[in-house]
Amino acid sequence: MSVPLVSLRGVSRSYGSPPTVALSHVDFDIDRGEMLAIVGPSGSGKSTLLNLIGTLDRPSTGDIHIDGHDTGAMSDSELSALRAFAIGFVFQQYHLAEGVSAVDNVATGLLYSGVPASERRARAAIALDRVGLSARAHHRPQELSGGERQRVAIARAVVGEPALILADEPTGALDTRSGAAVVSILADLNASGTTVVVITHDHQVAERMPRQLGIRDGELVGDRRVGDLVGTAS
Amino acid sequence: MNGLRSRLRARDLVGLGFHGLRARPMRAALSALGIAIGIAAMIAVVGISTSSEALVKQKLAALGTNLLTAAAGTDFFGEDTELPVDAVDRVRRIAGVDQASWSSTLKKVHVYRNEHIDAGATQGLTVAAADLELLGATSTPLASGNWLNEATERYPAVVLGAKAAERLGIVSVGSRVLLGGKQFTVVGILDRSPLAPELDTVALIGGPIASELFGFEGAPTTIYERGDDELVAEVRELLPATIDPESPSEVKVSRPSDALAAKNSIDQAFTGLLVGVGSIALLVGGIGVANTMVITVLERRQEIGLRRSLGATRGHIRSQFLVEAMLLALYGGIAGTAIGWGITAVVAAANGWLVSVPALVLAAGVGATVIVGAIAGALPAARAARTSPTAALNA
Repeated sequence: MSVPLVSLRGVSRSYGSPPTVALSHVDFDIDRGEMLAIVGPSGSGKSTLLNLIGTLDRPSTGDIHIDGHDTGAMSDSELSALRAFAIGFVFQQYHLAEGVSAVDNVATGLLYSGVPASERRARAAIALDRVGLSARAHHRPQELSGGERQRVAIARAVVGEPALILADEPTGALDTRSGAAVVSILADLNASGTTVVVITHDHQVAERMPRQLGIRDGELVGDRRVGDLVGTAS
Repeated sequence: MNGLRSRLRARDLVGLGFHGLRARPMRAALSALGIAIGIAAMIAVVGISTSSEALVKQKLAALGTNLLTAAAGTDFFGEDTELPVDAVDRVRRIAGVDQASWSSTLKKVHVYRNEHIDAGATQGLTVAAADLELLGATSTPLASGNWLNEATERYPAVVLGAKAAERLGIVSVGSRVLLGGKQFTVVGILDRSPLAPELDTVALIGGPIASELFGFEGAPTTIYERGDDELVAEVRELLPATIDPESPSEVKVSRPSDALAAKNSIDQAFTGLLVGVGSIALLVGGIGVANTMVITVLERRQEIGLRRSLGATRGHIRSQFLVEAMLLALYGGIAGTAIGWGITAVVAAANGWLVSVPALVLAAGVGATVIVGAIAGALPAARAARTSPTAALNA
């Protein structure tokens, strides 16, 4: 009875002409409350997959359903609304606005939901608290460490309380300790009900996730659920 | 998706526009400068022209526009004619006429500084007999001394027009000039007459002395008439036939205030030309803004990608850059309007004019810049909106 949050059926994506295939016939579902890693070497098609799940791109063939909606049948502005209300993005390069305080950067996450400015800031402060950065609320990105910047970016992704968080190499630019801190924040978010998808080439990061989707040369090469194993072990 | 729509509040949209400009203040200032120069040129041109026009209007209001001048023309054979002796009395009887006066050029009489001057050196000055009401009817100001009165019009007393006094080298009353071979005492000197500039080069003497010494018979050459403002047109129609019933076509009637107004309309033609130059400057400024916006959009591809991932629609991205371009142009417009007004004020102060820039022109100036900004920003904004979010994020 429960509709999967994300459902891909026969999804392919190719670019240019003659077409270069980036993703070929991918099928999988992601249920609500899951936390999983999409893992593969660079050039394997995992970023393409993230863009497709995040509705930033459309598949060449195949169907993607997000939260029960057929994205292929949705207009560009409907997809924008989907991103505004249901999906939060975390990027490797943070993409924070320079010269703007952490709390205002986080508040940007609600800009396109039509929330008034005062409420945006109040909710941004709460989101910063969730990632443990209350003390840095009024610092600018250039005054923060890499790990702190990524936590600001995570706060921006979750401030609208989306059902799905898509993180593209969130630890890629961080040292091991900061990376571990970021992963545990994502795990905390997942524990409170948010579905988290992490794209990574780092197997160490991937192994901390309950489910791993392996991808290579544009094809799905494995779907491993370790959560059950961990569960039986404990 | 469940009826939910991405929504960007108007206030936030304007905030985004300001934020974009603040990020690169120097670039914003330079592109706004182009617009500012165009608008400043246009406002200054219009302001200077309207300020000088305001002065002309003020002058006309002070002098009145109800003065009509009727002069003797030439007859059928091209000979100079005179107006009938009793013409002024008849003019006074026309309904709507308040005041009528006259002057009569004495053709064979000339005025010289003294007897040592060669008879041919008349310096373009003429001698005329004048009616006592002439000064009042033409609103000619007196520079010094007195106008003729019932006593001095019988004696060899002369009042000199402004240029006449200058050319004869007379600076004070009491001096003597040689007029028609007789010594005349200067009793008054006139200031320049805006409505009857022909009086500037005349030496005026009384009718009685003119009759006594030079055989003047009372036929005027010019009649000055003032009357009801509303009836000027009607009086104008009636004047020729009233003055000379036998040959009305020989009477030339003119309205001197028309000449002043016409002079001003020549300035208007220049204004049109300069406004054209100003619009070209504004166009160039607009291209500058468009150029800046194209570069801005290219530089901010990542920001565009991020905003799309946060839920911005193409329309939101387009609006953001459009508003930014309009604000950029608006900065220029406000600065340019202020500069243009300042130039007008300086020029007006230097010329003793009242500063008069119509509020409508100021508003139109600022409004025009916003439109220029919108046009200049349209193409870059559309490009920004078309940018694919994935391409923008990977830039």
